[in-house]
Amino acid sequence: MIAELGQVFLSLALILALVLSVVPLYGAYKNRPALMAMAHTLVIGHFVFALAAYIALSIVFFNHDFTVTYVATNSNLLLPWYYRLSAVWGGHEGSLLLWILMLAGWMLLVSLLSRSLPRAFIARVLAVMGMISVGFLLFTLLTSNPFDRLIPGPLDGQDLNPLLQDPGMIFHPPLLYMGYVGFAVAFGFAIAGLLGGRVESEWVKWSRPWTLMAWAFLTVGIALGSWWAYYELGWGGWWFWDPVENASFIPWLIGTALIHSQAVTEKRGAFPAWTILLAIAAFSMSLLGTFLVRSGVLTSVHAFANDPERGMFILGFMIVVTGGALLLYALRAPRIMTGKGFDFMSRESLLLLNNVFFTVSAAMVLLGTLYPLIIDMMGWGQISVGPPYFGAMFVLLMTPVVLLMPLGPFSRWGKDELWRVVFPLLGSLVLSLVAALIIVAWLDAWSARAITGWMGGLWLIFGSFHYLFDRQKRSRFGLPRHQLGMIMAHAGVGVFIIGVAMVESATYERDVRLTPQESVSVAGYEFTLLEVVSVKGPNWIADEARFTISKDGEVIQEMAPQKRLYHRSGQTMTQVALRPGLFKDLYIAMGEELDAQSNAWSIRIHIKPFIRWIWGGALLLALGATLAATDRRYRLQQRQSATEGVDASAASSA
Amino acid sequence: MTPRRRKRLTAVALLVLGVGTAAAIAITALQDNMLYFIAPSDIQTSELPPERNFRLGGLVEAGSIQRDSESLYVTFTVTDGAHSVPVSYAGILPDLFREGQGVIAQGHLDDAGLFHAREVLARHDETYMPPEVAAALDRAGAPHGVLE
Repeated sequence: MIAELGQVFLSLALILALVLSVVPLYGAYKNRPALMAMAHTLVIGHFVFALAAYIALSIVFFNHDFTVTYVATNSNLLLPWYYRLSAVWGGHEGSLLLWILMLAGWMLLVSLLSRSLPRAFIARVLAVMGMISVGFLLFTLLTSNPFDRLIPGPLDGQDLNPLLQDPGMIFHPPLLYMGYVGFAVAFGFAIAGLLGGRVESEWVKWSRPWTLMAWAFLTVGIALGSWWAYYELGWGGWWFWDPVENASFIPWLIGTALIHSQAVTEKRGAFPAWTILLAIAAFSMSLLGTFLVRSGVLTSVHAFANDPERGMFILGFMIVVTGGALLLYALRAPRIMTGKGFDFMSRESLLLLNNVFFTVSAAMVLLGTLYPLIIDMMGWGQISVGPPYFGAMFVLLMTPVVLLMPLGPFSRWGKDELWRVVFPLLGSLVLSLVAALIIVAWLDAWSARAITGWMGGLWLIFGSFHYLFDRQKRSRFGLPRHQLGMIMAHAGVGVFIIGVAMVESATYERDVRLTPQESVSVAGYEFTLLEVVSVKGPNWIADEARFTISKDGEVIQEMAPQKRLYHRSGQTMTQVALRPGLFKDLYIAMGEELDAQSNAWSIRIHIKPFIRWIWGGALLLALGATLAATDRRYRLQQRQSATEGVDASAASSA
Repeated sequence: MTPRRRKRLTAVALLVLGVGTAAAIAITALQDNMLYFIAPSDIQTSELPPERNFRLGGLVEAGSIQRDSESLYVTFTVTDGAHSVPVSYAGILPDLFREGQGVIAQGHLDDAGLFHAREVLARHDETYMPPEVAAALDRAGAPHGVLE
């Protein structure tokens, strides 16, 4: 019954989305305020029905209704309630529903927070987003309905994939989707801007906080995924250049370019057409990511065995969305957009360089991800592209970015002199070089990677703080939030780089064979395996290896990694034991039982220096973007443009 | 040509040069890091240089896993039903590594025909079979083992 209701709610949401994508647009075209205003009502209804459908699926999961195919394949009687609720997005169908709910949520927020914008403009934005929702609702209802029945239902379901039975996994997909779907707002604003023609580059100003928020969510989502892979997969890595990771990273790179080019277009009116193109690209890449993950064309941790029909649908949808947007762009952009000129040495140039490097990086990741697919499709054999390709390319492309980043804030718009920008930063530069050498000597981590990593990281951190002090000296009122946000984000990149450099250069890894009462010493820590015992969980049993770790003869920690066997699916899982620390993590993962008689196990022991800095840096990035998005200037501008909007609509109706 | 135009032209030229260099480097790096997937039946006919890494895929032959009693050294045989290749590995095998199930090993072949694996990948869950392995088994006409 509830499943059928859920289906009805989804269908109702589809109908409202259909109306939403036509009526307000027609209203804006004919200048009928009543039709335009309908958008707001429709958006509320659309959200309510999407939420109702989502709640229906949650209830079905909570109540163990195994006559619903999706529940039967992703849950079982022993699954704790919190994982039953997060199992809603544990598979393909439910994650689409979550996607739709998030889109509906973003639309509602746009509708509520942008009432002060010109009516026609916001009607167009919401209509464009409505069209996207139509696509996803159709996709869900036609190819991947989470409410499909399985009659007769089994007595018990298969389990939720044990990899997903983890707190990190509860939050990773929703945050990632918030980011993906959030780029639909920037896309909607860009398309509405193109459709309207009159507003010119105004839309950039309004879409900036939305883009920043979407980017912040995407950043946290990716970081959470990395953190989860680190402790859940048992390999001790934090990034694998796995095609699905890449699929989320490409929109992030484009998004990074977008938030910087939006700054230029808003402040100076320079390269507006490029900004529109990036907004289209960011959302298209989000769709491509969905296509790659959901079609099953990729071999990866995330790939569900899927039917190609779904992939074809998303591919078709993507062609319509991207193709349509690009067509509109080709028709309108040359007419309504004129860029302003700027000098070679200027803030515009530096931000343009940022854009070049980030879009080239995105293209490079895209190439490495799609290349094996293309080769396979052509029948030239099966290949894969190894992580060294991505690693080498990234270092190459990001080195100039790191070198130039602190110069950006110090440079002036329009025209500047190189020495004027570099001179005040010389102190920071020297300080970062000296400090890097001292730190590396103190850590005794002499390697080219560690040294350059510390130099680059500290250069960004010192350069950012330098700017902070410089500004605070000059302004009596303190810094506005968007500047603080930028400083925080740039310093966050520095923290991230230090983390990466240390993890990649100074990790100790030992795979050993251990029997109880045997010890192994790694980097001054003595790991002793006391015993291997059996333990029981709600829906699994496990072998647990109990370790004591001592340093200089003193026991400092007890750790107990597990090897779990999940009853229902029969799947084995490695549960890592961690001793997290700001400067180093101790990491133990169990391999397999090598000899039942002597109780010998293969054990993986890692010591990971500064790995927390990687995710810490990403958090700083996201916090910085959030701070910038909530700046007063956007609210003030909205109020200003509200009065302008009234004037404009009065003028145009006259 | 006005000074402003000249500046623009230089900027565009620099941009094209930069992107071109990046593309050239990217393609070289791509060629260097490409790993071919090769099934046991195709090893004889493949023309890879001897020390070149590639990915070998198939099923782990039943009863072929042999462990060293002192270390993590292990040997097993990968088969596609028609041909099989002996593989050696020192390290921790993935959770889902089992006899009779799909596996992909990454490494190189020595002169004696032993494959030295640097990395061993298995499936991510019980119902999943790496598509390359499935295709290789189909080509060799072997059943997909216990999977289907």
